[in-house]
Amino acid sequence: MSNAMLNNSDTNTEAVREIQIRDALQEAMTEEMLRDGRVFLVGEEVGGYNGAYKCSKGMLDQFGAKRVIDAPIAENGFAAIGIGAAMAGLRPIVEFMTFNFSLCAIDQILNTAAKSRLMSAGAISCPIVFRGAGGAAFQLGAQHANSFDGFYAYTPGLIVVAPATPYDMKGLLKSSIRNDNPVVFFESELTYGKRGPVPEGEYLIPIGKADIKREGADVTLVTWSKNLFLVLDTAEELAQQGISAEVVDLRTLRPLDKETLFNSVAKTHRCVIVQEQHEVASYGAYLSHLISTEIFDELDAPVGLVSTLEAPMPYSKALEVVLLPGKDRIIEKVKAVCS
Amino acid sequence: MEQELLSDLYKQMLRIRRFEEEAARLYTEKKIGGFLHLYIGQEAVAVGALSVLQKNDYVMTAYRCHGHYLARGGSARAGMAELLGKETGCAKGRGGSMHFFDIENRFMGGWGIVGAQVPVAAGLAFAEKYKGSDGVAIVFLGDGAINIGSFHEGLSLSALWNLPVIFVIENNQFAMGTPLEKTAPTEDLSIRALAYPMARETVDGHDIFAVRETIFAAAKRAREQHLPTLVEAKTYRYRGHSMADPAKYRTAQDVEAWKARDPIKVVGETMESLGMKGLREQIEQDVELEIQDAVRFAEESPFPAPETALDYTYV
Repeated sequence: MSNAMLNNSDTNTEAVREIQIRDALQEAMTEEMLRDGRVFLVGEEVGGYNGAYKCSKGMLDQFGAKRVIDAPIAENGFAAIGIGAAMAGLRPIVEFMTFNFSLCAIDQILNTAAKSRLMSAGAISCPIVFRGAGGAAFQLGAQHANSFDGFYAYTPGLIVVAPATPYDMKGLLKSSIRNDNPVVFFESELTYGKRGPVPEGEYLIPIGKADIKREGADVTLVTWSKNLFLVLDTAEELAQQGISAEVVDLRTLRPLDKETLFNSVAKTHRCVIVQEQHEVASYGAYLSHLISTEIFDELDAPVGLVSTLEAPMPYSKALEVVLLPGKDRIIEKVKAVCS
Repeated sequence: MEQELLSDLYKQMLRIRRFEEEAARLYTEKKIGGFLHLYIGQEAVAVGALSVLQKNDYVMTAYRCHGHYLARGGSARAGMAELLGKETGCAKGRGGSMHFFDIENRFMGGWGIVGAQVPVAAGLAFAEKYKGSDGVAIVFLGDGAINIGSFHEGLSLSALWNLPVIFVIENNQFAMGTPLEKTAPTEDLSIRALAYPMARETVDGHDIFAVRETIFAAAKRAREQHLPTLVEAKTYRYRGHSMADPAKYRTAQDVEAWKARDPIKVVGETMESLGMKGLREQIEQDVELEIQDAVRFAEESPFPAPETALDYTYV
């Protein structure tokens, strides 16, 4: 279904709108708040300003200040208030303007939200969504370009969702809000304005299901979050060079959909992982380990990994592009894996 | 009525004292692992404060949590079993000494990162206000917690959003082994309330009736006006920071001075002066039976099954 949506080749005769990701997110939150009075949104600029990236446009007017709450700049404090409220039966959505600032709240996310259920032997659950932009955007400098999706995926007790398309964003955010666990939900500054088909009617996408965004035969490209668009472009270019790449969009990092991933690699026998993370202790390295051990016999070549290079992000565009995974490095790695 | 109240306060404080003395013994026998932070000496704060709250109020505290758990009505059996890491514990052996839970009594834990529980408890209060209930939240913290950011963010947001929460600093004079004069520029800790601002009170934590009065007023303010209060209760722990701490950073005279005003002793003597000597002795016997029963129960209980090691990670 989402594959069809992405490629806009849906055979459904119903007209499908094209909307921006920020609007898909706004629709997801609005629908869930209409459905469930326990859901509320809190964060910096989410109310009067309509969201730093306009993801909550109109929501203050629609729901009022009780449920769309402008917070002062105090991530630890408002994340913790969300966590406490979740323990007491509400279902908060906590927006971080970007996940760079979530580090001010990381003790609350890792040590309180993620562990409350284990420490209380299931007596407490913490149904909360932490969402916001993650990863580098254009030239934001070292402190605003962190990519923490794998970092959060390290922690048992958290669910980590990192979709790419407007369709996946909406369906997965709705599922995240309904989930009874703490969910960390990654978006991207670079793609809030990206348009894609999103049906008018309600739909959900299950957490923990990867999606084949392009079918291919020669190599499996694995990615998630906004790098999906980079990888799809690269797959197109590879096709022109005679290499047929299958693209697996993980969409959820924890729990991982091993089945879809392994099935694809078992089909192509070659795999390149593209991640906006430093390679050391990264999620991609974990994926590579899984593939290399659990389906070793299916591989015709070692798993390739394309990562952010090992330095904090410099400001200059001439340097930023060097650090981030790019088309050239992906193609080079694919050719090495396919040679 | 007064006799009943005195008896109850005496019993609750004594339960905590005896529970922890037995815990210390079991710790030295290596039946309890990890850290064991004893509340001995501070009992009047938890018992006094929780004796004036309602059933629908939330209670949260830090890692020195046995006293608050018991004072809120937690079972000694489940508490002792938790210390021994047994499946019958109040957190089925997953929490341990620092992480007691008792959701039936709205006792929301036992948290181990200093100060982190402060804004979380504000979130409990937020939820009660959001739901339109008259419940409030009370959160206990040590004097060592008042310099960390989460304390200030919790107080700041509670004042800004008018949350029905009571913050109780149990000033036992030491942040682990560091005396208060090295961590705070003034002995008046509730003065920090002025910055946010919110109501503040300072109370003698060894005077259980003063604690009751102060917390009752704070709870009323929270319940009726949705306003937070910062309370400083001056108190003392007779034991070290944890069982690993011989507490060589203070003099025996200091400890004896506080013990001379020991709240359990004071309430017990008050009972005797009111002709309640028999009742006092009866309570002591009852508590002893309860604690010995709890130890036996804990020792006889099974450990969690190895195949359940990953349980309770996700819903």
